[in-house]
Amino acid sequence: MDVRVSGVRKEFDRFPALHDVSLDINSGELIALLGPSGSGKTTLLRLIAGLESPTEGKVYFGDEDASLKSVQERNVGFVFQHYALFRHMTVLDNVGFGLKVRPSTTRPSSDEIRRRSSELLDFVQLSGLEKRYPAQLSGGQRQRVALARAMAIEPRVLLLDEPFGALDAKVRKELRRWLREIHDKTKHTTVFVTHDQDEALELADRVVVMSQGRIEQIGTPDEVYDKPNSPFVYGFIGESSSVSVRVEHGQLFLAGHPLGITSDRGDGEGLLYFRPHDVELVDDTNECISGTIVASRRVGATRRVELQIDAEQRVEIGIDADYPAREKNRISFRPRHWRVFGKS
Amino acid sequence: MTLGFTLAYLALIVLIPLTGLVWRSASLGWTGFWHVAVDPRTVNALKISFGTALVAALINVIFGVIVAWVLVRYRFRGRRVIDAIVDLPFALPTAVAGIALTSIYAKNGWIGHLLEPLGIKVAFTPVGITIALIFVGLPFVVRTVQPVMEEIRKEVEEAAATLGASRFQTITRVLLPGLQPAILTGFALAFARAVGEYGSVIFIAGNLPYVSEIAPLLIVIRLEEFDYAGATAIAAIMLLLSFAMLFIINLIQAWSRRRYGYGT
Repeated sequence: MDVRVSGVRKEFDRFPALHDVSLDINSGELIALLGPSGSGKTTLLRLIAGLESPTEGKVYFGDEDASLKSVQERNVGFVFQHYALFRHMTVLDNVGFGLKVRPSTTRPSSDEIRRRSSELLDFVQLSGLEKRYPAQLSGGQRQRVALARAMAIEPRVLLLDEPFGALDAKVRKELRRWLREIHDKTKHTTVFVTHDQDEALELADRVVVMSQGRIEQIGTPDEVYDKPNSPFVYGFIGESSSVSVRVEHGQLFLAGHPLGITSDRGDGEGLLYFRPHDVELVDDTNECISGTIVASRRVGATRRVELQIDAEQRVEIGIDADYPAREKNRISFRPRHWRVFGKS
Repeated sequence: MTLGFTLAYLALIVLIPLTGLVWRSASLGWTGFWHVAVDPRTVNALKISFGTALVAALINVIFGVIVAWVLVRYRFRGRRVIDAIVDLPFALPTAVAGIALTSIYAKNGWIGHLLEPLGIKVAFTPVGITIALIFVGLPFVVRTVQPVMEEIRKEVEEAAATLGASRFQTITRVLLPGLQPAILTGFALAFARAVGEYGSVIFIAGNLPYVSEIAPLLIVIRLEEFDYAGATAIAAIMLLLSFAMLFIINLIQAWSRRRYGYGT
């Protein structure tokens, strides 16, 4: 099922949570809504589910205007961060709940409900736990039950709100891979919310980066990582360093020195963004950024050095761990990939 | 040490007086005891006490749960004041409550004079007793259900809604079953309190033997007649009935706790 969010604005008590957000989700896609807290990602997910209604704008499921339908009628599978399982029901009853509450005309027989529920439990690798109560399960198991419960109603879209947020790091990684496998098998159109960039990049077909109620960038994990289109995305996904520069006739200058790199921006002040580890060290002292080492740290396989490049600016770059980086040494480098943004 | 202290304390405060009660009523002998137990006045008083207490507790369960729900889920001006008012029946001397209720429900009272033309008599009938018992029992239900309700996350309701459950289905299939142990406890407390209630009832009851005379009052009457054995016999019967009912409620509790996997 295609899902289309069109010009949606949402205010809570006159406080804007989303400004004019539009998003097209293709059928069968796995989409991540990524952003810091307060970026509006959960609000957007809840709007798609129908748990909130937009102040303005529409949500379409296929060609149908879903904004006119209630949550119950939308037929979405929603998985909550804290599972939201029904604690007085067994695991099997939890999974079958969505089928049991259907009106009698569309409700499968109780045998059929039981059969389908245990099939789903099998599918999420929880067979044997049918008779347990949620309180008797681990966090990872509970989230699997929640997913099976959401899938039982054959949802048109699967929506997951920080599904791994309440789990510890090891279980989270396991479930991440597992969710990808489930998605590849079922091909449900899936949207999940996360603030964890690794999770979004590893799992999603496309990542929607959000900030302050707006979509900053939509793209494949490669696109948002390699070609961030705003300083926010540069800073939020992966690491970034920035240097204040001047653009003249397409050439970049730092304190009057040419850097040997270009930009298609018009003349004026700007900020040069690049990945700290994506730089080449150069001997040439004319066309490059150079500075004295003020700090050096070993980070995993590489070394991070902080350079004082002019009176006010310091910048961090990553270099080989065996590079002789002693304090007060001078290093010259040029970023391999970069982008210049206007100063805001 | 802690166990010993707890047991000693319980024995001193609860068990010894109760044993004394049984001991005292035993002085009647088996036939004497039986005579008191089947005396129509005793039987009627017990029926009225347990009957009105049961009805009052049931009504309190329904409205107590609603009051608790409103206090937990809605934010409105004066919520804190209403929340505090719920506790008033705990704090108010029950005799004061009884006098107030009587004056309102008597023939010439605020509400009584409206009901009088309709042929409904409240004061000096079992209906009046029930109203007094509803008054004293309400906070027990509200205060036991409220904290459990506060723990129900809104997400659970939202989950039910996304799965297609109507509001009614969400309440009957998701919310109420989850609250059932707390509701039972609240019911047991309100019921137990109502069975033993004296102060607020005697004013509004009118105390007509066989009609609106409650068992605790009959005990006092027997005491005033210096019939201590008779008084303790009635008390022992009440104790037995209350114990049986609380025991059954506890069994249901234990069963549902096991079933729903609480505390495991």
